Amino acid sequence: MRAVQSQVPGRGPLPVVGEADLDGKFVVTVMELSGEDGLLGCIQCGTCTGSCQLSSWMDYTPRRIVDMVRKGLAREVLASRAIWYCASCYYCTVRCPRGIKLTEVLYALKSLALARGYAEPGAPAPAFYRTFFEVVGRYGRLYEPGLMIGVALRSGFGRLFRLAPLGLGMLRRGKMALLPERVRAVDEVRALMERVSRGLVRR
Amino acid sequence: MRRYWYYPGCSGHASARDYQRSVALISPALGLDLVEVEDWNCCGTTAMTSVEPRLSVVLSARNLALAEEAGGRADLVVTCNSCYAILRRAQEQYARRREVRAEVDEALAGIGRRYSGTVRVRHLLEVLVRDVGLDALRERVRRPLSGLRLAPYYGCLLGRPRNDFEDPEEPLSMDRLLEATGATVVRFDRKSKCCGGALITTHEEAALELVREVLSEAAAREARAVVTACPMCQFNLDAYQAKVNAAFGTRLRLPVLYFSQVLGLSLGFGASELGLGQRFVPVGGVGKL
Repeated sequence: MRAVQSQVPGRGPLPVVGEADLDGKFVVTVMELSGEDGLLGCIQCGTCTGSCQLSSWMDYTPRRIVDMVRKGLAREVLASRAIWYCASCYYCTVRCPRGIKLTEVLYALKSLALARGYAEPGAPAPAFYRTFFEVVGRYGRLYEPGLMIGVALRSGFGRLFRLAPLGLGMLRRGKMALLPERVRAVDEVRALMERVSRGLVRR
Repeated sequence: MRRYWYYPGCSGHASARDYQRSVALISPALGLDLVEVEDWNCCGTTAMTSVEPRLSVVLSARNLALAEEAGGRADLVVTCNSCYAILRRAQEQYARRREVRAEVDEALAGIGRRYSGTVRVRHLLEVLVRDVGLDALRERVRRPLSGLRLAPYYGCLLGRPRNDFEDPEEPLSMDRLLEATGATVVRFDRKSKCCGGALITTHEEAALELVREVLSEAAAREARAVVTACPMCQFNLDAYQAKVNAAFGTRLRLPVLYFSQVLGLSLGFGASELGLGQRFVPVGGVGKL
């Protein structure tokens, strides 16, 4: 089935998806993972979209994302660009008249997109999140040069060259730790990660 | 001296070492003894929370457990807004969601630790305004920053989603603290807007617009500097200012300082010992007051 084209470039209307391609359990999965069982109470007022500083960059607005989650459009939501534009600023959460913590819903959606393989490995946001995960798994703390290099390895060396002046600038100003700091009991951190991440991040 | 456990966060030991230096200087001068929690780990920040929403609760819980095990006053003081929000999220979910509590207890037991939920996560700004108090701060000012116009920038996570310290949209604590130093605090409507956070790395184009919005208002209100309470905000506004100018044809030149550095100047500490040299946009005259 072909979806209707939007007038706004890059901004899609509600996609038209056949019954067979809908995931009726999706909203339950999202509510369980996010702990936000109030999702069904959303009144589609659009306060989230109006408060979101990034919504103009999204292919689906936050309000529409909630609608799509409830309708079972799992694939369309998880493959959207919108979810990676969430900066976790919590404006939507603060302002939602129904008390829905949409930021928590977005954490859950990003996590599901990574776990189910919807996120392109080379796309900058998934590359960033995966690398962050690995760096903390190695040291127990963030190691900024490791993060920058890791993201570049995943998303192409062009990025490394673009980041280089910034890295050098940080170095000159004493804002870069050259060597990583490792938590002494890093095994504890790794054990926690393995226990809770349930292999969510594919290596 | 009031004793607190201190969680510097990853950036406190790396890109925000100047923040930590200034905190280490001003704290004893104000009667605060901040003791770093032994062997703390990354809180998980919003990045790990996006990979696995419960993982950052468990990682944060190890830090809370370490502070609790160490004994004494169960206040854990943080200086990064992201650490603050994520550690508080862990504290809140542990208290509110039974299944999260069970998962945390089990995971911690697996590494031989336990947490009983007694730690209070507090931002240093709160400790200064509430525990030390504005009157006491005013009394310690040796060099009033009279005539210095400052834009107080709080960012997203000091008051959001919600806590018992700040208003989610109209925070005031830093305004009051900066006024206590004798500085002039300008009206700043974008004080709690977003700097883009991690999007500066993943979606630079979009994040630069947000950075421009914040800096442009500060410039329009003739602030001499922007003051922050978060390493991520400081980094985005400072290190990316040249890129904003290149992308939008603006001529912004606003030093971006931490509130602890501004406070340090008013207490009589020198610009270099407060780490004011460690920024992309030079502090210029602001550091010579």
